[in-house]
Amino acid sequence: MASGNMRTPLSRVRGWGAAKAGTETFWRQRLTAVANVPLTIAFVVIVVSLLGRNHAAAAQILGSPLVAIIMLLFIFSTTTHMRIGMKEIIEDYVHEEPMRVILLMGNTFFTLAVALAAAYGVLRLSFGVFGV
Amino acid sequence: MAQSKTQVERPLSPHLLIYRWPLPMVMSIVHRITGAGLYFGTLLMAWWLMAAAAGPNPYANYAAFMSSFFGRLLLFGYTWALLHHMLGGVRHLIWDTGHGLSAAERERLSLATVLGSVSLTIILWVFGYLVMGGSH
Repeated sequence: MASGNMRTPLSRVRGWGAAKAGTETFWRQRLTAVANVPLTIAFVVIVVSLLGRNHAAAAQILGSPLVAIIMLLFIFSTTTHMRIGMKEIIEDYVHEEPMRVILLMGNTFFTLAVALAAAYGVLRLSFGVFGV
Repeated sequence: MAQSKTQVERPLSPHLLIYRWPLPMVMSIVHRITGAGLYFGTLLMAWWLMAAAAGPNPYANYAAFMSSFFGRLLLFGYTWALLHHMLGGVRHLIWDTGHGLSAAERERLSLATVLGSVSLTIILWVFGYLVMGGSH
């Protein structure tokens, strides 16, 4: 007890909750949710406008600055949102300790891999491998 | 006193499986399922963008898969899940502000979510086929 620590137990626990991360995850999920609404509408418009076009046209449109930036924002915001969402699903249903941690790690690995693969595709088109 | 000893026919507590599911509850479950579906649906998006970056042949392979029956079914499901999760998310954001939480409003917002997502999906696909010029 004579550790010299004057902090009360309440001050250490206040605002952090069971997840030990406060409301950061909650807030980030709302932030990306709001961002996802206009970005999803833009994504749907981009996909529809590319329907039936050949590779050259699709590559040119996807690599154009405005479309590429919207796509990168969409990829970043949705993968952040889905990582938190799947984390919540895993935490709700998987309680056994090794499996829970494995799935939570796998969730982050999967999300980052998909995000980087998609972003790599957009960036490669933007930096003009097929452009003029 | 005598009455307490007789076996009274009591109703069983309503079990989840015989309950008439309230619409907001169904929409809550569907929100999670569509979210999980979209999680794996991002693989389609990543494949699409990687194929576009890889060249005409990989892109043609992707387009061929997507125009197959199974590909279209996946894409149709992805479209609906995306729109449903988006509208359901807007509903949750409204609820986050403390509005729309009365019983009647909950019911109306939940109904609007499912009607909105289904009709938007159909409109989008009809529009998509018109864009394609009826060639597929």
